[in-house]
Amino acid sequence: MTGMKLDKFCLVAAIAALLALIFPLSGIDGDTGKQVAFVGDIPGLAIAMALCVITGAAFTWLGVRSVKAGMVILAVAVFGCWQAVDVLYDHGVAGYAALGFWLFIISLWAFVWRGIDVIANFHSLDRSKQHAANIVVPLAFGVWLLFVWEVVVSGFGVPQVLLPPPSMIGERFVNSTDILASDFHQTFVKAVLSGYVMGCGSAFIIAIAVDRVPFLKRGLLPLGNMVSALPIIGVAPIMVMWFGFDWQSKAAVIVIMTFFPMLVNTVTGLNAAGKLEKDLMATYASGYWSTLFRLRLPAAMPFVFNALKINSTLALIGAIVAEFFGTPIVGMGFRISTEVGRMNIDMVWAEIALAALAGTAFYGAVAYIERKATSWHPSFRVRRH
Amino acid sequence: MTLKQVVNNVAEMPASKKAVVDINKLSLTFQTADGPVYALSDVDLTIEEGDFVSFIGPSGCGKTTLLRVIADLEQATGGDISINGVTPHEAREKRAYGYVFQAPALLPWRSIERNVTLPLEIMEISKEERVKRAQEALKLVELNGFEKKFPWQLSGGMQQRASIARALSFDADLLLMDEPFGALDEIVRDHLNEQLLKLWARTNKTVAFVTHSIPEAVYLSTKIVVMSPRPGRIIDVIETNFPNDRTLDIRETPEFLEIAHRVREGLRAGHSNDE
Repeated sequence: MTGMKLDKFCLVAAIAALLALIFPLSGIDGDTGKQVAFVGDIPGLAIAMALCVITGAAFTWLGVRSVKAGMVILAVAVFGCWQAVDVLYDHGVAGYAALGFWLFIISLWAFVWRGIDVIANFHSLDRSKQHAANIVVPLAFGVWLLFVWEVVVSGFGVPQVLLPPPSMIGERFVNSTDILASDFHQTFVKAVLSGYVMGCGSAFIIAIAVDRVPFLKRGLLPLGNMVSALPIIGVAPIMVMWFGFDWQSKAAVIVIMTFFPMLVNTVTGLNAAGKLEKDLMATYASGYWSTLFRLRLPAAMPFVFNALKINSTLALIGAIVAEFFGTPIVGMGFRISTEVGRMNIDMVWAEIALAALAGTAFYGAVAYIERKATSWHPSFRVRRH
Repeated sequence: MTLKQVVNNVAEMPASKKAVVDINKLSLTFQTADGPVYALSDVDLTIEEGDFVSFIGPSGCGKTTLLRVIADLEQATGGDISINGVTPHEAREKRAYGYVFQAPALLPWRSIERNVTLPLEIMEISKEERVKRAQEALKLVELNGFEKKFPWQLSGGMQQRASIARALSFDADLLLMDEPFGALDEIVRDHLNEQLLKLWARTNKTVAFVTHSIPEAVYLSTKIVVMSPRPGRIIDVIETNFPNDRTLDIRETPEFLEIAHRVREGLRAGHSNDE
């Protein structure tokens, strides 16, 4: 074939895997004075490396032109990842990984990059297929990052106090579900949700009042600006003194954090309705409340949801930080601060993972409601002829 | 039919029908940082029931401002204006106006049907009645079948027709239209002009129509008000006498061209006064 371009990623993958077969897999054990493991002793790994060489060479010439081809190289990569993790833990390479092992990881990296790239560029008119592709890409990327984290931490033998591998965090997470559940209940269900509802709700109502009464706009907005600038580290202990150790003081911190973004966004949103639309309502002799509910609040919704999304992440941060300043013996922030002191870093990471999951789910839920409630907005419109 | 019969100066016409809009010595001055702007000066005008009145003139001649004063969206600073014998404010409270703006101004979160029922909802009319009237209004503008669509799923011309249906839905005394077809291309515009004329002939509404197109004004109107800028004032009022079932073909007739010529002369005179 003339004018054909070589697939560079597959070329890299094939060469790296070939070199991985040649260079030593692991370093020398100080006690025995011998290399810890050889590729020749581990058939699974040898097969995986050979497969990488063959597949890489083949697709260097053929090119990765279809999603099917992408799936094939991803499948080879998945098998390779499995063998790499296996050799780390079952053949004692953890902490002793040498050039051969890292070359193999580079080969896998090239495959995964090329495979995800092909699927990311996949476009289909079939919505369910497109939807699946849209989910697979970030998922595959996330799993790959976890894998890299795992092999780098284990392969170099990074001390667990500095950074535990994700498998250890996952194990701790699964084995401590009852503690995590009670922490989640204390911090998220009690403090975050109530603080979020109170903060956003009160700011929304006050925004309508501010909009209605001009002197509030001049007097209250600068004051609100000042409150939002207060450092949470300074406010949290005071709130604990005022409202006690339990979730109420955390909710108070969240109210302070979420109030201003909601206030400013709603006030801006209430002015978002166009002059023409306001004139239209005036020609119908529409009253203040009628215009508010029929025109100004619907027009303000994109702004309100913007604040709700900002606040969904702020609220969780506020609750966790506030728990550092006094709390009953439960809660995500409490757990993080005490487990750090006891060097149980895997538990800290399990809490961090929980916070990430809860925060993402919360944000996702708000974004989903936004999409349903403001489907008319240009950024969400779907043409349905 | 001679030209004399078609074209009459309004001053020679005896007032026979009921006056819907009565304007005497109306003026409006905006106070700005650069000094006063005389938007309207010494305007005298009567719009009778069933009239189709066009306001034509160059930009800044106050034609839109005059329409807004009639609709109580601006307040006159001098003179008198009454709508069906009451002030514009009282007329607005009585929901006397159906206003069609330059842009459709449809609310994007409401379907076409719910946009048309918006004024009825504000006027607290029952749900069944609202739906029934929306159906009738949408039929008048030939938009039946599009009830459940959203405004942004329709073309510009269809959106403007929906906004006309909205103005028709509550049977206002006075239909005020501010360059409603200004943003549309000429073919769509011709079509909508024909439809509007049929609509007017069928409903016998009183219409005040702002435009800067001479053919549009002559084709649609029973009375053409020619205005000139700085200060905005009326320089000519021309009555036409075309049959109600006229078609676009009348634009080729000598009578039509004669009136168009008179409008153009008026506009030119108003302009040279100003230079």
